Amino acid sequence: MPTRTVPTPTLIFEKSRPGRIGCNVPKADTPEVDLRSTVGELRRELNLPEIGELDLIRHFTNLSQINYGIETGFYPLGSCTMKYNPKINERTAGLAGFTHVHPLQPADTAKGFLAVIAEVEEILSELTGFHAITMQPVAGAHGELTCLMLIKAYHESRGEGKQRRVVLVPDSAHGTNPASAARCGYEVRHVDTAENGDMDLDSLAAQLDGTVAAFMVTNPSTLGLFEPNIAKVCEMVHAAGGQVFCDGANFNAMVGITRPGDQGFDCMHLNLHKTFTTPHGGGGPGCGAIGVKSHLEPFLPAPVLRFAEGKGSAREVVVDEDRPLSIGRVSTFWGNSLMAVRALTYLLAMGREYLPDIARYAVLNANYVQARLKEVLPPANDRHCMHECVLTASRYKKENGVRALDISKRLIDYGFHPPTNYFPLIVPECLMIEPTETECKETLDAFCDALIAICGEAQDNPDLLHDAPTTQIVGRLDETKAVKDLDVRWRPQREPVARV
Amino acid sequence: MPYIPHTEADREEMLATIGVGSIEDLFADIPQELRIKGPLDVPPSLDEHRLLGRLFELSRRNKNSVSDLACFLGAGIYDRYIPASVGALISRGEFLTAYTPYQPELSQGYLQTIYEFQTMIADLYGMDVANASMYDGSTAAAEAALLACASTGRSKVAVGKSVHPHYRQVLHTYCWSMDLEVVELPATDGFTKEYSQLDQEIACVLVQSPNFFGGIEDLAAARAAADGVGALLVVIADPTSCALLKPPGEYGADIVVGEGQPLGIAMGFGGPALGLFACRQEHVRRLPGRIVGRTEDHDGNSGYVMTLRTREQDIRREKATSNICTNQALMALSATIYMSALGKNGMVQVAESTVRNTQYAISRLTDSGASLRFPGKVFGEFTLRLPKDPVEVQQRLLDQGILAGLPLGQHYPELADCLLVAVTETRTRAQIDDYAAKLATALS
Repeated sequence: MPTRTVPTPTLIFEKSRPGRIGCNVPKADTPEVDLRSTVGELRRELNLPEIGELDLIRHFTNLSQINYGIETGFYPLGSCTMKYNPKINERTAGLAGFTHVHPLQPADTAKGFLAVIAEVEEILSELTGFHAITMQPVAGAHGELTCLMLIKAYHESRGEGKQRRVVLVPDSAHGTNPASAARCGYEVRHVDTAENGDMDLDSLAAQLDGTVAAFMVTNPSTLGLFEPNIAKVCEMVHAAGGQVFCDGANFNAMVGITRPGDQGFDCMHLNLHKTFTTPHGGGGPGCGAIGVKSHLEPFLPAPVLRFAEGKGSAREVVVDEDRPLSIGRVSTFWGNSLMAVRALTYLLAMGREYLPDIARYAVLNANYVQARLKEVLPPANDRHCMHECVLTASRYKKENGVRALDISKRLIDYGFHPPTNYFPLIVPECLMIEPTETECKETLDAFCDALIAICGEAQDNPDLLHDAPTTQIVGRLDETKAVKDLDVRWRPQREPVARV
Repeated sequence: MPYIPHTEADREEMLATIGVGSIEDLFADIPQELRIKGPLDVPPSLDEHRLLGRLFELSRRNKNSVSDLACFLGAGIYDRYIPASVGALISRGEFLTAYTPYQPELSQGYLQTIYEFQTMIADLYGMDVANASMYDGSTAAAEAALLACASTGRSKVAVGKSVHPHYRQVLHTYCWSMDLEVVELPATDGFTKEYSQLDQEIACVLVQSPNFFGGIEDLAAARAAADGVGALLVVIADPTSCALLKPPGEYGADIVVGEGQPLGIAMGFGGPALGLFACRQEHVRRLPGRIVGRTEDHDGNSGYVMTLRTREQDIRREKATSNICTNQALMALSATIYMSALGKNGMVQVAESTVRNTQYAISRLTDSGASLRFPGKVFGEFTLRLPKDPVEVQQRLLDQGILAGLPLGQHYPELADCLLVAVTETRTRAQIDDYAAKLATALS
């Protein structure tokens, strides 16, 4: 058993000493007041840490060094689209003319921000084929929820609100799809996937009736496959009076190649933190812009932005607050505006020349990885994939007692972040690998070499995999204990009682 | 293109390995009639120098609170000082470009900061536990209402009209979608104190303190009113105020939510923001979003994992406690660094300076021809009644470099003669005096 020499970092609370401070706080130069009589009852104690600036910097810098990001290494997490976040994005989003702007200051003092948002919306509209885009949702799942609300409002406006109470999702759907449907008051039913990985149209047809409000489709699917019958699927749902939502988590494979609006979808969400290079930040903030066809446009959350007529960057932006059919607000202000700045920076860097290359090289990379690994980890479907490949390790489970998770944990010892495990749920022992277009061939080769070596270890020395990872500050953590002995906050130790 | 590293030789080798002649062949599943034909109607690619110039030009079309305007506008987003350490640390690539900590062995850095964040927020609000953050204050409030309905099995929520109008709008949207009813309680003299509309169907009472008008609500009365009908008490609280005031938890709140932007996050035109969510221990298994717990590895080393995972959408799907997948980890990190940098004494000092500056501004501005609209205690924000149209006054002061506040007519027609003014620790006596002088001229 390897011994770890790096100690677990202490908590910032344990570094605290009374009287230290890590920031020169602005001091009021206005007259002192009696606090108790001015604001009422005061709090007795506050257990925030007290630490000097250098030790503060060291604490968080040291923590950063036991954390893995794209800038640390390859991060092939399928369905999460971990691509490089260009540095210029951070520079533009850090300009004081963006960071120090209040969301409620009069619109004519925030024309630049309104133009940023309107221009992102305009470009996304062109890329997706939707009539209108709004940036108000602040995460992908929030965008999904907003789309379902728009669909609900649409059915209500047609007097079918009570009747249409079911939302269909494929059995391969992201977990957020059924959760969002339930969060919008809908009953969830599942549609099967056919043997070849496409949607089972018979299963869909059997579910379609007057109770269906919407069908939520991820295209390309979470199996990494483009749904060739998508136009037919949309027609079938429309014929039954339902709406079709496109989960845009996998939009990276479509940019500049095909448009969901043209495929027949009524609305979709886009993850700006996936396709449009705003950083994931350890799990957020995201940005979940949504696009809709014109029949859903009246229900969009207010306010809505649009450019006055014409072309070019100097156009005026119109703020439209007068929206009687709007579902209402879904977030406090304009959405994650600084993410719009990052996305616009990226969109303008790529421009019309390079935007289609996103999908082309993302798809090339995924197929290359699939081709290099197919002997040791066969794909779930023997077809060309889109931006991610779904491979199965079920052979090693059967023959050697090694699970996909063990392979993933061993990859950590080889210096790589593991791919997504056990999703989609319909593929046994699956590894979902999404390399993205920003990785070079040498990185992909090193990663494939590592996986091939690990598959060899799985046969020759499975314990190496069961014990992995051994190179990190901690080994596999006890998740059962975490639930059983729930410890979700630090508490100060009581002073020890003095012994005589 | 620097973001796509493939050389022609790479491409040919990769295509040969795959066994296709061209990248185009890989898209064979996409029917021809669904392909984009011809060039995209989007602007052409800009090189980095021109790109920076373009975005800089756009940024200059915004007036900002560093070089153009003295900011007396609040209403949910505040111009507070952010220590340089916050920006330096959150821009480290290991934090900035990481994903959700699904592989805890590679994410101990983030997981520990979230554990520290949960501890600080729970402490600040005086509550047992906090989650790993939500989208923003308004959605956190709406999720709290949904939790209360799920927990009590009731289908009505009551919200004070002194709660931020946008928060109430988001609450209405969420509740409409779930077939829940919202009852609005009157804001008498700028405070929620009239609870006669409550009945046994009410799942929770939502109040904000300091409220939208800056007023410090009587939380003991709100607690008693909620108890009267067996409802939960949800308090929306500005975290800065909680460094000084008796926190909502000590008044017996069941859930406390809020906007974490004042804790070291740029105003950024309102986003990204940071939703705070804390509750009593008994609700921990119904909490929306993520939560991080401390545990051990098989050698007994202490470490952190995302825990209570079976509540979450990727495990429990339509039975999850919420659909939330993304949280605001980077913003939670900002807040954690901010609260650590200021520490106990700095946080209290910021809150105290806010109170001093606010009281000084009230006295100076009411000497300039405005009057205080609502009697009562305030923190950081107050409502002025003006003898002239607040929209005109606001515009006049804006021309002189002062962001005077928020005219209230749009949200409260009965307060069309009022202006909501915010004063943080970053305003100076000279700026307040300047505002007062210019207001006097504008009103004369």
